[in-house]
Amino acid sequence: MSNVFIALQTNEDTRQIIEAIVQDNPHAVVNEQPAMVKIDAEGKLVVRRETIEELIGRSYDLQELQVNLITMSGNLDQTDDEMILYWNA
Amino acid sequence: MDMQVAKKKLGLKERYAVMTRGLDWTPSYQKMEDIYPYMAYEGIKIHDWDKWEDPFRLTMDAYWKYQSEKERKLYSVLDAYIQSNGHLNVTDARYLNTVKLFVSGISPLEYVAHRGFAHAGRQFPGPGPRVACLMQSLDEIRHAQTQIHAVSNYNKYYNGMHDFHHAHDRVWFLSVPKSFFDDAITAGPFEFMVAIGFSFEYVLTNLLFVPFVSGAAYNGDMGTMTFGFSAQSDEARHMTLGLEVIKFILQQDPANVPIVQRWIDKWTWRGYRVLTLVAMMMDYMLPKRTMSWKEAWEVYFEQNGGALFKDLARYGITIPKCTEHIALEKDHLSHQAWGTFYNYAAATNFHTWMPDADEMEWLSAKYPESYDKYYRPRMEFWREEAAKGNRFYNKTLPMLCQTCQIPLVFTEPGDPTKICYREVDYKEDKYHFCSDHCKKIFEDEPEKYVQAWMPVHQIYQGNCFPEGTDPTVEGFDPLAAVMKYYHLEFGRDNLDFEGSEDQKNFAEWRGQATKNA
Ligand SMILES: [Fe+2]
Ligand SMILES: [Fe+2]
Repeated sequence: MSNVFIALQTNEDTRQIIEAIVQDNPHAVVNEQPAMVKIDAEGKLVVRRETIEELIGRSYDLQELQVNLITMSGNLDQTDDEMILYWNA
Repeated sequence: MDMQVAKKKLGLKERYAVMTRGLDWTPSYQKMEDIYPYMAYEGIKIHDWDKWEDPFRLTMDAYWKYQSEKERKLYSVLDAYIQSNGHLNVTDARYLNTVKLFVSGISPLEYVAHRGFAHAGRQFPGPGPRVACLMQSLDEIRHAQTQIHAVSNYNKYYNGMHDFHHAHDRVWFLSVPKSFFDDAITAGPFEFMVAIGFSFEYVLTNLLFVPFVSGAAYNGDMGTMTFGFSAQSDEARHMTLGLEVIKFILQQDPANVPIVQRWIDKWTWRGYRVLTLVAMMMDYMLPKRTMSWKEAWEVYFEQNGGALFKDLARYGITIPKCTEHIALEKDHLSHQAWGTFYNYAAATNFHTWMPDADEMEWLSAKYPESYDKYYRPRMEFWREEAAKGNRFYNKTLPMLCQTCQIPLVFTEPGDPTKICYREVDYKEDKYHFCSDHCKKIFEDEPEKYVQAWMPVHQIYQGNCFPEGTDPTVEGFDPLAAVMKYYHLEFGRDNLDFEGSEDQKNFAEWRGQATKNA
């Protein structure tokens, strides 16, 4: 299965978001690059609202992620609770 | 950022459905084909527009909320950067030439993208794609504006940027990105969406923005980094739209598959040719390099694009044939391009230079198959000649490819010692091409491409001199007249970086910034 990825700006908003992604996706690989963090994962990557909320200590709307998003790859499915990136093949 | 998240009465899916379903109606006294006149002629068949879904499910109120947050962030960083004379913190003044390339080559395309998506959105009868196109159209004008604002600070101090839009519409090499987008917006709305939404945004834009912006960050250019990331934060949405558009069209009717395949093949190649500018920027223009062009191509196209096309295989779509050719070019593209700009530096709005010894080592390490064998010898020769006072400027005009408008400087696939030429006779004239792919694109739509505004032809026809110029007078210098027509000042905006006003000013100002005068 191919990799999906998501890249976020390196800043204080994304520090815990990245931590949450790593927690929820043990197969993900974090690549730190100048001013950005790229997270690769085989097949599928899930960003969960609840995990982020636990880490930042406040309620969170997953669409806020767009402010710090740089790029991503894969088919996307977003609901109030999860943002999923995946390949079908 | 610490945003308040209000409890929503409806879930995301319902909110999006409320915004994009049931708002349109069936016209009673006008015909659908009169209201949406461009829907049929490209041959694409759509049976159910409601099958369209934006996977982000972004509603208009959320759009405004997040976009305004992005703008606030951007302009506060820009203010701080400008107030602290941030431009003096870039690695060295050669770096600024990437900014010149960006504002004259790329920012005007953002504006054209704005117009293109406004037009496409108007033409689609489905509310889902109309909303998505509206948002992207607004994003693109924001990109144009924020880039111009950010770069205007550099324009106060450095040369070559003062009339970037005038340059974009006239300068020979800027016709490469310009004609790319002109080609896209003069296509039908479906082709435009495949060209820009899918091939450019989804397949290629990572290669433009990620290395550019990451490179800016690495070279201390907080201004470019900030507008770049701000624009890029919209890009994820655009890429999603691009992928959605393809899946939607392909699912609607099997007859759409071959049409879409031809567009993907065409636009992947067209976009790749434009990225030549990015390739040379990454390998030659960034004083501190992030990754090589070849590495970026491997990560963002071969791995990521490979995954994408594997996913699309179930619709009957295959990876464009041109990617085999591109794989053969990846060891050569940036070196051939930089060599060309080094030659033609008398007719550009930015400076060029030869890499120093350390930089050549980096190039050898990144391109072990090609750099020492083919490119190092000629670059060392040029460097030695320049040191002896014979800096070479090529003042003759090159033959251009009728499709991509790049001079015929690329080599045969698989033979880096032989220039690649292709030609086609069409009606009364002969047309030249850089490659089989550009030739095929022309042959598919000759009546479109014979109309191309070719900079070299236009100069020879006398259309690129200031009004009132008499080219028949004794001692007429055509290059000087062309530079005037470009609104560029010979000896200040062009030529080698070594000895330029930018180099001198930067050294002096940086000196003032670090010690007491
Ligand atoms: Fe844009
Ligand atoms: Fe070409």
